[in-house]
Amino acid sequence: MISLGIEGTAHSIGIGIIQDVKGKCNVLSNNIKTYSPEKGGIHPREAANHHANYIADLISESVKKTQIDFSDIDIVSFSQGPGLGPCLRTVATAARALALALDKPIMGVNHCVAHLEIGKGTIDGCKDPVLLYVSGANTQVIAFAEGKYRVFGETLDVGIGNCLDKFGRSKGMEFPCGPKIEKLAKKGKKYLKLPYSIKGMDIAFSGLLTAAEQYVQKGEKLEDACFSIQETTFAALTEVTERAVAHTEKNEVLLGGGVASNKRLRDMVKTMTQERDASFFVPSQDLCIDNGAMIAWLGFLMYNSGIRMSIEESVIDQRFRTDMVDVNWRE
Amino acid sequence: MNKKIIYRGAEAEICLSKYLEEKAVQKRRIQKSYRIKEIDSFLISFRTKEEAKLISDARLYGVSVPIIYDVDLNEGVITMQYLEGKRIKDILNDLDEKERKRICKMMGKSIAKLHNNDIIHGDITTSNMILLDDKIHFIDFGLGSKNGEIETKGVDLHVLMEAFESTHSQHPDCFDYVLEGYKKEFSGNAGTVIKKIEDIVKRGRYR
Ligand SMILES: Nc1ncnc2c1ncn2[C@@H]1O[C@H](COP(=O)(O)OP(=O)(O)OP(=O)(O)O)[C@@H](O)[C@H]1O
Ligand SMILES: Nc1ncnc2c1ncn2[C@@H]1O[C@H](COP(=O)(O)OP(=O)(O)OP(=O)(O)O)[C@@H](O)[C@H]1O
Ligand SMILES: [Mg+2]
Ligand SMILES: [Mg+2]
Repeated sequence: MISLGIEGTAHSIGIGIIQDVKGKCNVLSNNIKTYSPEKGGIHPREAANHHANYIADLISESVKKTQIDFSDIDIVSFSQGPGLGPCLRTVATAARALALALDKPIMGVNHCVAHLEIGKGTIDGCKDPVLLYVSGANTQVIAFAEGKYRVFGETLDVGIGNCLDKFGRSKGMEFPCGPKIEKLAKKGKKYLKLPYSIKGMDIAFSGLLTAAEQYVQKGEKLEDACFSIQETTFAALTEVTERAVAHTEKNEVLLGGGVASNKRLRDMVKTMTQERDASFFVPSQDLCIDNGAMIAWLGFLMYNSGIRMSIEESVIDQRFRTDMVDVNWRE
Repeated sequence: MNKKIIYRGAEAEICLSKYLEEKAVQKRRIQKSYRIKEIDSFLISFRTKEEAKLISDARLYGVSVPIIYDVDLNEGVITMQYLEGKRIKDILNDLDEKERKRICKMMGKSIAKLHNNDIIHGDITTSNMILLDDKIHFIDFGLGSKNGEIETKGVDLHVLMEAFESTHSQHPDCFDYVLEGYKKEFSGNAGTVIKKIEDIVKRGRYR
């Protein structure tokens, strides 16, 4: 089957086209366009306008690139939530129009579950992982337990990406600040003690953010602050992931989200898995960030397991919980 | 002294041991090479110290906990009473409804006793409770703190709520029973704490 997926929960609008090959996901094309506000954070309505401007062209481009005809598409999938209302509505409207025009079934999917399934679908050996999902707004530890995907831990305040971006912006860096902080951190040597806040398997970052800003104001080097922020936040992320692995008794860890590009974070999580004799997986960069291919793949899995969705049922859900998804495509 | 590891958790190893004539366990926090030395040593000694202190405090306020025999901050080892009972995590799902309700209310009362004295456990899950002599004993205070804020108490209960959702999802009433017990025992306004839990649920999880 060929599935076309539309992602648009936040900054990025993505169109992915995939085909299933013996239970694995073959990505035929995966195009992403990202809205980056000139300054300040994301404005939901502006992001939605951005998506609306590009969506039609991006779809035709993707189909052309893939060298298929529109009639070859068997199913239209889209990100139903969680996400920003205006963005989700834009995407859902486009998906409905396309499904009706092609007279093909529609499938709304959960964005967070898609991040996990794309790892399983594209990486050999990745079968039942604990996912550490670290993006701008999201920071969650997700795993399959008692018949559902469940959130074992998450941020109690801001997402790790937003935390890095906030710190970076306060020091005059350009968005996205994560990569710049990573670069500076390499030069940092002195560890500045920062609050390390874990509650159960949840994490909080805001206290650390304030403390780091104060260090720099008091004259500490920016590179030392960047180094210390990374070491502290990533150690906490690795720790909650390890706790979820221990508690669920699983032996695989999967990374996902934009912050997964960070080499130091990868190294830490990898070291942790090695010490526990667990496997470590990261999808390719374009499948780590928000993308259409993962939406297309999850839409296929759901359809293939017998799930059907009417146009009426395709309403968006800004607060679509991970554990609301009925997972009947796994045994 | 021969040591037998009975449990290897995320951060610590638990081995059976003896203290004088008593059966004891040693909880040893393990060094993690993924984090820098500064953070590693700090966390190990800080949590060992905090855990021992909070367990002793909890006992003073009438909450069942193991007796602390010895603490070694450098090695990150606590030697404590061996609670030869059953972990709540392992038995809760198989109890009949009435008994499950009774246990959950008991849990809520004990948590309220901790909170009445500003003791925040930090990791209230059913794997950190052991049923012995019909009393729920609390262990694993390493993520805990002394804090009087309503917010912190809400976060503390929220951890338990999440634990129920992921390990006892077939019994969705458990957390309500806990709150019932909590309300009975809590000396402040339990309603404001419960309201906090709702706020936290709204804030997190869904982005
Ligand atoms: N090398 C890096 N190190 C740290 N952070 C990084 C790096 N590269 C990107 N990031 C961060 O990743 C985030 C963007 O990730 P992504 O595109 O997955 O998320 P998003 O669309 O902003 O968020 P969400 O999916 O949560 O709505 C930004 O916060 C950015 O700073
Ligand atoms: N005093 C005790 N008596 C009996 N068993 C104990 C005692 N302390 C710990 N255990 C057993 O060891 C397990 C792990 O102990 P504990 O929770 O303190 O370690 P941990 O590494 O902090 O665990 P976690 O991974 O939950 O953080 C407990 O679930 C319990 O089964
Ligand atoms: Mg424990
Ligand atoms: Mg613990």
